[in-house]
Amino acid sequence: MAKKPLLEFTDIGIYCARGKFYIDPWKPVHDAVITHAHADHAYWGHKHYLAHHLSKEILLYRLGEIQLQTVEYGETVMKNGVAISLYPAGHVIGSAQIRVEYQGEVWVVSGDYKVEDDGISTPFEPVRCHHFISECTFGMPVYTWKPQVQIFEDVNNWWRTNLHNGVATVLVGYSLGKSQRILQNLDLFNGKVYTHGVIENTNEALRRNGVLLNPTERITQDSVKEEVRKGIILAPPSSVGTPWMRKFQPYSFGYCSGWMAIRGAKRRRAADRGFVLSDHADWNGLISAIDATGCESVYLTHGYTATFSRYLSEIGFDAHEVHTLYGGEEEDEAPSKSPPEGQTSNLSEKENNNDTLKVSSFGEDLEGANAGGNAI
Amino acid sequence: MKAFAQLFLSLDETNKTNEKVKVLKEYFTAVPDTDKMHMLALFTGRRPKRQINSTLVRNWAVEASNIPAWLFEESYHVVGDLAETMALLMPESPNSSSKTLTEWIEEINDLNDKTEADKKLWLQQSWAMLDSQERFVFNKLLTGSFRVGVSQNLVIKALADISGLEPAVLTHRIMGSWMPETYQYTQLIEEQDAAENISRPYPFFLAYPIQETSEKQKTPEEVGIALGEAAEWQAEWKWDGIRAQLIKRCGEIFIWSRGEDLATEKFPELHPFLNALPDGTVIDGEILSFQNGLPMPFNVLQTRIGRKNLSRRILEESPVALIAYDCLEFGGEDIRYKTQAERRVLLENLQSTTPFPEIFRISALITFNTWDELGSLREQSRAMIAEGIMLKRKSATYQVGRRRGDWWKWKIDPLSVDAVMIYAQKGHGRRADLYTDYTFAVWDGDKLVPFAKAYSGLTDAEINKVDYFIKRNTLEKFGPVRTVKPELVFEIGFEGINKSTRHKSGIALRFPRILRWRHDKPKEEADTLESLKALLGE
Repeated sequence: MAKKPLLEFTDIGIYCARGKFYIDPWKPVHDAVITHAHADHAYWGHKHYLAHHLSKEILLYRLGEIQLQTVEYGETVMKNGVAISLYPAGHVIGSAQIRVEYQGEVWVVSGDYKVEDDGISTPFEPVRCHHFISECTFGMPVYTWKPQVQIFEDVNNWWRTNLHNGVATVLVGYSLGKSQRILQNLDLFNGKVYTHGVIENTNEALRRNGVLLNPTERITQDSVKEEVRKGIILAPPSSVGTPWMRKFQPYSFGYCSGWMAIRGAKRRRAADRGFVLSDHADWNGLISAIDATGCESVYLTHGYTATFSRYLSEIGFDAHEVHTLYGGEEEDEAPSKSPPEGQTSNLSEKENNNDTLKVSSFGEDLEGANAGGNAI
Repeated sequence: MKAFAQLFLSLDETNKTNEKVKVLKEYFTAVPDTDKMHMLALFTGRRPKRQINSTLVRNWAVEASNIPAWLFEESYHVVGDLAETMALLMPESPNSSSKTLTEWIEEINDLNDKTEADKKLWLQQSWAMLDSQERFVFNKLLTGSFRVGVSQNLVIKALADISGLEPAVLTHRIMGSWMPETYQYTQLIEEQDAAENISRPYPFFLAYPIQETSEKQKTPEEVGIALGEAAEWQAEWKWDGIRAQLIKRCGEIFIWSRGEDLATEKFPELHPFLNALPDGTVIDGEILSFQNGLPMPFNVLQTRIGRKNLSRRILEESPVALIAYDCLEFGGEDIRYKTQAERRVLLENLQSTTPFPEIFRISALITFNTWDELGSLREQSRAMIAEGIMLKRKSATYQVGRRRGDWWKWKIDPLSVDAVMIYAQKGHGRRADLYTDYTFAVWDGDKLVPFAKAYSGLTDAEINKVDYFIKRNTLEKFGPVRTVKPELVFEIGFEGINKSTRHKSGIALRFPRILRWRHDKPKEEADTLESLKALLGE
């Protein structure tokens, strides 16, 4: 009998039979190692969670009272003889790649990652391994990012122009990750930063965790509309087109996402401005990251898995597509909020459960989940 | 070119009409006059002649991008636009160019007699001196259609603001065939129209639908409440052919389709009567296939539309005639300012003296006294081979474009069947990377037979849900097409149905579209081919 691989892909999540733990499982398990706090990776209902220190408060905020152990990057935790250690993934604050080692065999699970240093997440660090389990949300060559300093120059100029024209500025990005990245790069000489409640809750959780963020002001019933309109408003995708947002009219609304690289996707969202800013690696970033691991095999969990694995195979990698419930791009793209009515019954029993769980549990954080576009 | 690329970008960056007009005005005031006219030509669908075939452009773009051809194809399906795909995939260039739009278009036109190797070299060099946004619009110039998210009306509005001319005047002046190389901007905006252009048509006046969507039918009472006294209105059948404008000036004849294509040579049957008209006559009407004095369904006409050469057989099988609606120019005078009733008298005069009354027909007026009466007559439309009824206010002038108020179309309910979606393909433009183009099937025994494709009719939210379903229920992939688990049922509406030897199902539909998603129907309850064929009549 062939040797059982150290990590395997099950319909619950990525499983280590030797260590008896799961990585980012989407059904309740006893022992879960979590790459980061986004809802498609950190599900509710596990008995025990292991994550990075900086994910602590956000996980508690999102999942309530859970049994959580947190560790530093590079620190080793043993489970049934299997060594687990976390390395920075650069995706959002506290995001980690999970390194798993047993008898010299090393696997790394990337979770979501980007290779550019965004200034607030601990920068991505390549980890040598035999087997690399990678995302590929933007695994198409049409997705190549410009350095963020260029993007933020555009953002800040746009904000200034809006001030000049007397329109409010609303910038939409995911509440965990994108919002803080934007916050830290805004030109605060332009004005104050106002936040939607969902984003401010996330900011508060991160501040409790000791993360230093620029000052923000939560928008409440008592906020003075005219004052808010002089600043910049950070809002989550779920707020687009709601009465909450409309009360700031007239405004110009910008959208920060990797999907903005394509004109069609931008037009579909009907944003006034699309800023191409992603917390995922672009095409070149993915290839360089995979190459840097020196891995024998690479497994692609979500994104344009079919295309990207074919390309990797052609340039000499041993690449495989695997089915997971992460992300939401392309093949597993989910509409942003509700499960499609009248459709869950059409899915097979197994998928049905998964999808219901997945869709009902995630918030607005998933860049990929919005690939199909909010119906704005 | 930088200004033109920036124009594109700025137009993309706003959804607000006023902003777009402002951006257009900024462009017009910033660029030389020749660029203005080239831009105007491009934005009104007058693309320069294609000098390099698009397969070659595509192949050379693959080379320049340094990726395998299959990956280029996959990228194209994700982006949904060839010009944009090429622009995104090529490496950034360190150089730049200050050539104007006019200069670039001149260079493109000069490629005409160049060898393939020269063309390739020119293209590679050109790409290497453009940034990504410039490359995108440059690629648009070279290939494909030049659709922008801006209507001609907005461009006209910007020009009207700058020149002080009425939008309707400008709309008229850019109709028909003109070349940006020879039509000067100064001519365009002169107080008095100085361009001697005998072929130039008038802008078409288009009717507004009484029911905005097929699901909101209006009763005769509702129509009466909205339109007032029946006596103030003229009613005609709404014919289903090719809307056209026919011109006789200075001894020459011109036939324009509504898409502003010059189609004079496509309809030789109409030449004798046109030649017999007095000079200075322009007629608005519908071209239809006619046999034994009766109009034939649109699909008969369709067989000859796309043909380059009209064989004798085609002319025999699908002879055309004109049903005239209106007279726009009479005795050399633009009479669009006259009332519908006055123009009708002049049209009747022209028609009553034609030696070719079988070819030059007139759209008969429907006599009716009440809206109820007209409502019952409307039910006979299908038997008349008409799409419904046209309503024209007797006191109305002939206006420009589609507008509410004086011309209304009151179409009959579409025919419909419940069908199962079986194939899906990704859309283009703002529907890129979403499955939006579907093929539908009906039951033939225990098999599903595809019979129609439809793209429109669903809301964005519904499209997202269907897309979600497709991505989870794909059975097979054939290039861009996916075979989908037969499950979802939709009501498909269409205007007409005819036999067809070209389709597997043996039938062809006119204007199929999705009326609604039948969440309530299991696939087993979709309609059958038999029930569809029963609609063929005979």
